Amino acid sequence: MMSLRRDELAVAGSGIAAVALLSLLPLLSDGFVLSFGVNLMLYAAMCTAWALFSGPTRLVSLASAAFFGVGTYSVALGLDSLPFPALIAIAAFVSAALAGLVGAATLRLSGVYFVIFTLGLAELIRQVVAWSQSRFAHKMGLYVFTDFTERDLYWMLLALTTLVFGVGWLINRSRLGFALRIIGDDETVARHVGIATARAKIVLFMTSGAFIGVAGAIVAPRYAYIEPQAAFNPMISFLVVIMALLGGTRRLWGPLVGVVPFTIVMEFITARFPNHSSVVIGIAFLAIVYLLPEGITGFIEGMRDRIRRRAAARTGIEAPEAIEEKAA
Amino acid sequence: MQIIVTGTLLGGTYALIALGLTLQYGAARIMNLANGETLVAAGFVAFWLFTALGVNPLLGMVLIAPMALALNWLIYAWLLRPLVRRAKNRGMLEVDSILATFGLLFLFQGLMLLGFGGGYFSYKFLAEPFLILGEPYGLNRVVAFVAAVIVASLLYLFLYHTRQGTAVRAVAVDPASARLVAIDVARTAAFAFALGGALTACGGILLSTFYTFNASMGVIFTMKALIIVIMGGVGDVRGATLAALILGITETAVASLIDPGLTLAANYALFVLVLLFRPQGILGRASA
Repeated sequence: MMSLRRDELAVAGSGIAAVALLSLLPLLSDGFVLSFGVNLMLYAAMCTAWALFSGPTRLVSLASAAFFGVGTYSVALGLDSLPFPALIAIAAFVSAALAGLVGAATLRLSGVYFVIFTLGLAELIRQVVAWSQSRFAHKMGLYVFTDFTERDLYWMLLALTTLVFGVGWLINRSRLGFALRIIGDDETVARHVGIATARAKIVLFMTSGAFIGVAGAIVAPRYAYIEPQAAFNPMISFLVVIMALLGGTRRLWGPLVGVVPFTIVMEFITARFPNHSSVVIGIAFLAIVYLLPEGITGFIEGMRDRIRRRAAARTGIEAPEAIEEKAA
Repeated sequence: MQIIVTGTLLGGTYALIALGLTLQYGAARIMNLANGETLVAAGFVAFWLFTALGVNPLLGMVLIAPMALALNWLIYAWLLRPLVRRAKNRGMLEVDSILATFGLLFLFQGLMLLGFGGGYFSYKFLAEPFLILGEPYGLNRVVAFVAAVIVASLLYLFLYHTRQGTAVRAVAVDPASARLVAIDVARTAAFAFALGGALTACGGILLSTFYTFNASMGVIFTMKALIIVIMGGVGDVRGATLAALILGITETAVASLIDPGLTLAANYALFVLVLLFRPQGILGRASA
């Protein structure tokens, strides 16, 4: 049995309280707020899952839309023959397998290959799906009719987000998480101390991909009619990256900080200025790179450290970080 | 046979685009994902010059290429140089430049969408048959190929037979050592980036003479260029040219034999093969 420190118990306690509070939302309202809540939860789950992999390894994955689409299609194709939970398991399995293949092909090489490969992955799968549909099924889309209401979807997504957080927390505590932090700091060092770098990255990428696939599977009933163009929409990948980076990927809860404001902004933009969304996304990317390279959470932590150090300097006691810096 | 000729003609234009990217990534160390937007923008300018003023696209190239050169120089100086200075190592620069050029990609694409809308554009330039080995091909495609060969040859002469070109190649191999032999690395990198942009713009102009284009298709061409660059080996001019021809032929073969909707799948198949068997590029040697 793992032993928990007191501060860890406090974090776990407040986490459980937050989940309990959030699960009340559908009881309080429906309609617009709930539908917005579903969006929020969807991106919360996907961004946190994305950051599980891309945070420690610093490899920008643009495959989210591919996993999302695979998840959506798993549900759409199997809805008539299998129960929903089985379909979710299939979505997780297929997404993980896809991630494993991509990882095996690219993660042994330098990071750029991975980014490029994931950049076109969703488009590639979309082409193949569209082609096989028109070739073998002679139709462009699939119908998804279920009894799920927005409320059910919200709860399922909340459960998924909680699960992602739980798994992320476990990974951080495990040997795998430690290995990944070393890889992120310096891959050569990691290899020299005997970490199987490629395998660690592939395992984590599969985990992350499986969660995003499940998110896609859960929201599939929302669309009612699924076609390749919507399921493999590359915009999903970019939004996930922006939101997660905006929040910051150093902490497990960092992406959440980015998801909330950016979902609101995108909701506003798509409603009022649908033609300007590309420009907004472009500016957001540039703003993150030049103004917030560590995300909002990283920025706040940096500010806090600076204030602390200044306060410590004033009292004549050097902060531990300052001493470390001098020693280095 | 027809597939090989059409594919080669297409590959010529692809080669120019990829040469631009390989200069930007190989020498300037910037993975420019907004490369395709330069291409589309050049296509739009060529379109406008031709339809509004009646300027021949080949003549337009003389005008547009210097503009692209200047614009890319400014982008490098203003936006990318701070990232180069900030980066502690090559990996950090890679992540930063990828994200920054993503920003540029969306920004330019968004601006072009606002300016021209989402519709498709094309214009009729030399749309007459031209016989090669008894088979008819579009004269515009042949002219585009010849123009691409001329531009690529000029680049080759520049890179391999001038001092400035040698400096660019030296920076591509090792920026730290290049400094030891009195090469201004920062300036050379900026120049390589700008020159890469100009080459891509030339590719865009040539492409626009025979290809229907729209404001949001830049990413697809960035993908193709990236795959070609990796197939050829990063920074390898000759490898990229060969890879572009292979890609052009494969794409044409898949489009005419199986389905035009699967061209990207064909590109990816090539990409995977290269990654699995020759990650250093078709002509490259394994690094130590």
